Amino acid sequence: MPDLSVRIGGLTLANPVMPASGTFGPELGEVFDLDRLGALVTKSVTPEPRRGNPTPRVAETGQGLLNSIGIPGKGIEAWIAYDLPVWRRFAAPLVVSLSAPTASAFAEAARALTVEGVAAIEANISCPNLEADGRAFAAEPGPAAAAIAAMRGATRLPIWAKLSPNTGDAAAVARACEEAGADALVVANTILGLAIDLATLRPALGAGMGGYSGPGFKPIALRLVWQCAQAVRIPVIGCGGIATGQDAVEFLAAGATAVQVGTASFIQPAAMLQVIEGISAFCTARGFSRVSDLTGIALPSLQRIAAE
Amino acid sequence: MDGSAGPFPVTTHLGRVIASVPVGARYHRLLAEAPALSAAVEPGQFCHLLCPGAYLRRPMSVWRAGAQEPLGFLFRVAGPGTAALAGLREGDTLDAMGPLGRGFTLDPGWGRILVLARGVGLATLSLLARRAVSLDIGVTAILSARDPADMMAEAFCGAVPMDLRLVHDSDGSSDPAAVGMMIEAEFIRARPDAVFTCGSDRLLRLLQEIAARHGVLGEAAIEQRMGCALGLCFACVRRIATPDGPRDLRVCREGPVFDLQSVEAW
Ligand SMILES: Cc1cc2nc3c(=O)[nH]c(=O)nc-3n(C[C@H](O)[C@H](O)[C@H](O)COP(=O)(O)OP(=O)(O)OC[C@H]3O[C@@H](n4cnc5c(N)ncnc54)[C@H](O)[C@@H]3O)c2cc1C
Ligand SMILES: Cc1cc2nc3c(=O)[nH]c(=O)nc-3n(C[C@H](O)[C@H](O)[C@H](O)COP(=O)(O)O)c2cc1C
Ligand code: FES
Repeated sequence: MPDLSVRIGGLTLANPVMPASGTFGPELGEVFDLDRLGALVTKSVTPEPRRGNPTPRVAETGQGLLNSIGIPGKGIEAWIAYDLPVWRRFAAPLVVSLSAPTASAFAEAARALTVEGVAAIEANISCPNLEADGRAFAAEPGPAAAAIAAMRGATRLPIWAKLSPNTGDAAAVARACEEAGADALVVANTILGLAIDLATLRPALGAGMGGYSGPGFKPIALRLVWQCAQAVRIPVIGCGGIATGQDAVEFLAAGATAVQVGTASFIQPAAMLQVIEGISAFCTARGFSRVSDLTGIALPSLQRIAAE
Repeated sequence: MDGSAGPFPVTTHLGRVIASVPVGARYHRLLAEAPALSAAVEPGQFCHLLCPGAYLRRPMSVWRAGAQEPLGFLFRVAGPGTAALAGLREGDTLDAMGPLGRGFTLDPGWGRILVLARGVGLATLSLLARRAVSLDIGVTAILSARDPADMMAEAFCGAVPMDLRLVHDSDGSSDPAAVGMMIEAEFIRARPDAVFTCGSDRLLRLLQEIAARHGVLGEAAIEQRMGCALGLCFACVRRIATPDGPRDLRVCREGPVFDLQSVEAW
């Protein structure tokens, strides 16, 4: 059996596979034992209650899914009171995804989430920044760094910055988050897209545009991981279109230390177990005694040596 | 519940297709051998079906199920997903995830129920009606369709005895005012202990009003576009009245069956 454990800035995970935010919940525990996962990642929690976007909220497009869910939720106070106790029943480390409209709201919420049972905070900085005309924090290095720095001053918990593909220079945003104190990067959130319903000749989603995920998004996410892993020294967690162990190994080779699986669970609800088993089988077949030896193995060697 | 399911009641079942037959011009029925799932599923619950060639699964009410019986779906061929399902042939594999959602309430002490279905909504109510008859509960079924060629009364009840009332757009008998009078007459002739509906928002409003006036319980099965069908993604919400006020509830998890009066206008 290969050693599947990985270290993500202070946290040790039993294996490198975890769910992607917004595609996971305790409900999946009706399908398999969630403690087999490396970590648990919640839907994004927001400071205030939110209703979310009009329906339809999802549409199939090509080999992927377009969504505009709109982060509905009960707000952080009710989340801590009602949802956190449910999550505490599981043993795997709990990563709380956090979304907020301003850097100071990120900080305040991070402080509120610094409670027993939370292992790390994933900052969903792909959400609109109210102080920048609703442009995503992660679209540019400055606002991304401001959100992470504000959180850094408010919590001792590890902070994972979840980057967006909707930016001109992902590596610069990655570096800015590292400098601002992020312990890891999650790469990446969905890429903006659109689908037209030919029956109505209107956008297929109630909100118009949406975020694209699934197999069609994989090469883009993989390229972002490759770029970000070369730009920073902190661990990168790969995310985008992963459905099998082979997909995951590609992300590890491109520089990821761990992976997140999102939309694939909608197609095969036990996809994450298949990914764990697939990685393990790959390591065995190819003689890797530790999964961590795969990280960055495909990166141009100069950069890899420099990063070590 | 299927005993072998243990602590993990929901899973993907690979069933063998044993019948794949067009029904009328627009519909199709599929029967598959999936014994554990067929025994576990309750009327009103649904499965999330993998459609060859399409990326996402498609939600589909269970039309036929039971211990030692094949699992059946009856659907309108609407687009690529359902067209792919209709393309399955005997011996092919059907990948069905389930059982999912909350089904209908059926009280063995009831004497009679009334069901009101529009179009392929009868697929969702068929198992309920057949289960009711097997419990010695009388069933009055009002089925509404575009025209006689589009009516699937046989697919609804098979050989099971029920009081059927068929209404059509083609002769005006499916007009809500006419259907309203028909329901009122049924309430006088044989007052039901509960009413059930699926398939039309207009008929849902109509039944809400009549059932409320007569103080009769009811449930409605509703639809919404789905992603996961497991309660994970919140794609499938509908506005539902709850004791704590209106809430966006998940059709795949808190539904697809809701209290008749709780479903708010869409
Ligand atoms: C719980 C549940 C149970 C269902 N049971 C049945 C059933 O027993 N028989 C049946 O014929 N259909 C049923 N449906 C609807 C069925 O899921 C859709 O018709 C199917 O997903 C369409 O897929 P497609 O790829 O063929 O068409 P698409 O190209 O995806 O859509 C074709 C048309 O169907 C509409 N549609 C798509 N998905 C849905 C949906 N989830 N709900 C309502 N309309 C939709 C679209 O707006 C479009 O006009 C059910 C839906 C739900 C949510
Ligand atoms: C329905 C849905 C909801 C999502 N909600 C969130 C969210 O609340 N917060 C977040 O950071 N990412 C969210 N995402 C993005 C995913 O976490 C992930 O980054 C993306 O889907 C790419 O991975 P995948 O291709 O494996 O799904 C959501 C994705 C989907 C499909
Ligand atoms: S379809 Fe995902 S929550 Fe209902």
